[in-house]
Amino acid sequence: MKMKKWFILLSVISLVLFMSGCGKSSNSSGGTKSVLDGGAGETATELSYWTFVELHGQHFEKMLTKWNAANPDRQIKLNVTVMPYDDMHNKLSIALQTGTGAPDIADIELGKFPDFLKGTPQLESLNDVIDPYRDTIVKSRIDLYSKDGVNYGIPTHVGAAVAFYNTDILKEAGVDYTTIKTWDDYKKAGELVYEKTGKHMGTADTSATWQASMLLAQQGSDFTDADGNPQVNSPEMVKALTLLKDLQDSNVLATVAGGQPDTEEAYGEFNSGNYASAFMPFWMMSRFTNYMSDLSGKVAIAPIPVIEEGMPRSYGGGGTGTVVTKTAKDVQLAKDFLAFAKLSEDANIEIWNTLGFDPVNMNVWTMEDVTHNPDNQFVKYFQNNPFDVLNEIKDEIKLIKSTPASPTINNVLCTVTLNEIFEDGKDVKQALDDAQAQIEQELK
Amino acid sequence: MIKRFLYSQKVAPYVFVLPFVLVFAIFWVYPLISSFQMSFQKITLGQEAQYIGFDNYTKLMTDKTFLKAIGNSALYMVLTLVILIPFPMLFAVLINNRLMWGREFFKSSFFFPALTSVVVAGTIFRLMFGEMDGSLMNSILALFGVGPMKFLKEHTTGMIALLALATWRWTGVNMLYFLSGLKNIPDDYYEAASIDGASSFQKFMKITVPLLKPTSIYVLTISIYAGLAMFIESMMLWNGNNSPKNIGLTIVGYLYRQGIEKNNLGYAAAVGIVLLLITMIINLTQLAFTGLFKKED
Repeated sequence: MKMKKWFILLSVISLVLFMSGCGKSSNSSGGTKSVLDGGAGETATELSYWTFVELHGQHFEKMLTKWNAANPDRQIKLNVTVMPYDDMHNKLSIALQTGTGAPDIADIELGKFPDFLKGTPQLESLNDVIDPYRDTIVKSRIDLYSKDGVNYGIPTHVGAAVAFYNTDILKEAGVDYTTIKTWDDYKKAGELVYEKTGKHMGTADTSATWQASMLLAQQGSDFTDADGNPQVNSPEMVKALTLLKDLQDSNVLATVAGGQPDTEEAYGEFNSGNYASAFMPFWMMSRFTNYMSDLSGKVAIAPIPVIEEGMPRSYGGGGTGTVVTKTAKDVQLAKDFLAFAKLSEDANIEIWNTLGFDPVNMNVWTMEDVTHNPDNQFVKYFQNNPFDVLNEIKDEIKLIKSTPASPTINNVLCTVTLNEIFEDGKDVKQALDDAQAQIEQELK
Repeated sequence: MIKRFLYSQKVAPYVFVLPFVLVFAIFWVYPLISSFQMSFQKITLGQEAQYIGFDNYTKLMTDKTFLKAIGNSALYMVLTLVILIPFPMLFAVLINNRLMWGREFFKSSFFFPALTSVVVAGTIFRLMFGEMDGSLMNSILALFGVGPMKFLKEHTTGMIALLALATWRWTGVNMLYFLSGLKNIPDDYYEAASIDGASSFQKFMKITVPLLKPTSIYVLTISIYAGLAMFIESMMLWNGNNSPKNIGLTIVGYLYRQGIEKNNLGYAAAVGIVLLLITMIINLTQLAFTGLFKKED
């Protein structure tokens, strides 16, 4: 009898294990769903929308209410699914590959976008709905999501990179951030901060290329040449990383848990005041307000230091292109709504209000009542007004191209090369030569 | 007619096995053939697949990242075998001993980790092995005066974290396999051995271990497969499929990276076929050595 009980227990266990082994994908990627009706009536068309940023859904909710009020005969209900970053892109990729299961509208992050443009993109051309707004928005942000002159994605923001300084720490060390113009100034300030407080001035990023991109943009270079071929061992790149490595060696920079400022671990490190500055695209602001509440009122925004004065002080980093898929139920409706929700002036104002992004319609940048609204959470959080800095560097925001090689370049740099340089102290030139060889091999 | 068909003694067995055969054919045989076919193709989004012969395989042979993934998976597999067979066996024997105190308690607490989700466990382990001074492992190390370590950024320490997760999770399961094996060994053998004056150690080596052989072979076989096919643990421990310097990249992780993340399904299929070959070769050799294919006496 005892034997039998054991046998049953064992078979149940093995069954459970077997099932859990097979059901791997089901536990992590259910995502959260919500239907937004935005005051839509019975006859509204239901469209589905996938995103990996919950806040984007909130923005769409506001714009949906406006759309439904303005277009009573073309009302929409939006079915929003929020999934983790990797999950969403992977699912979307499979859905588009197989031709079933894709949503009508989806967000695709810049780093993943080239993968969706491979072969014949399974996305709708958005040229006709972008045309009416083309003059008001930053052209390079549209080009990022285009192939052969066809625009496949609508941008969310410019993503101008800026410097964020924790002035509490700087004050303790007697450093005035407004005097930091070049990397030499930054180094001196950083050495002072380390000497006085034992804290590091900034992070040496191992899992993101924001810093490398900034330094390349300052030198007028890029990860790829004019034809889109990788050139990660270019003299400019060697110079950029040598500069960062030197800052790390003099205790100005240090690696951070998580590998870069935009990670959960790093939010904690910044929030507890362990690093005095971060160089990140403008959208990092929303991370400060959401995840680093202890720093409220202690963070100032400034242009990024340059190698030599006169060099451009910013570049547009990161980004999300919103697309309409080929399998969308009502392509025209989806396209019209998307343009309304992301390109109209109203939309651009809301993008700043809700998301804290630098909108692609630069006219908004100069609307004092919008940008200096004292009730705005971002205006309240930071010491100086973010748009004062943005308008100062307005004409210096460079572009780092997104090419078919970009996902591979990013992958090699962020998993292998930057770790070798900043964690293992491998020679910069050697590490970059190895990276170039690896990238070329993978792209073959 | 239908009744005669259903009641026929010849047909009935087939009816009963039909569900299994169908499931096997649809979910195993078809995908296997189809991925074999895909491994010779270049598959691009929105275009017809093209046959490119052995290109995918020749590229694999020189792909350093792939070789690294094989190395990682193989090392992980060997180390899990070293840990997850002897220790669970020992624990099973201890727990099976009537003199052991709190047997049910140990049985359930060893098994408990297997019931938690890998996603949750992986996340907890990631925090435990975090590089901050305040993470659990670094706090423990600090007690011994050792400085904080970046566990998940170095090859050795990363592997230790992976093994810790595997050990924590699978010890109890393997122990249960061995416990059920132990229940099948009649007490008479031990009594006889005692009368002949055998020591506990001799009894363990001469009775327990040989009679547990079928169970051991079973555990060995599934452990080899599980070790080589490990993926989700690494993915959860590094919060994604891209670990620093690829220290946590496994064969399946590489398959996932190529096929799902990079939309390169043909190449990924080739990775899958290579994994299948490796697993088959190792397991068939192992089974041949342990005598599974010999006719029973």
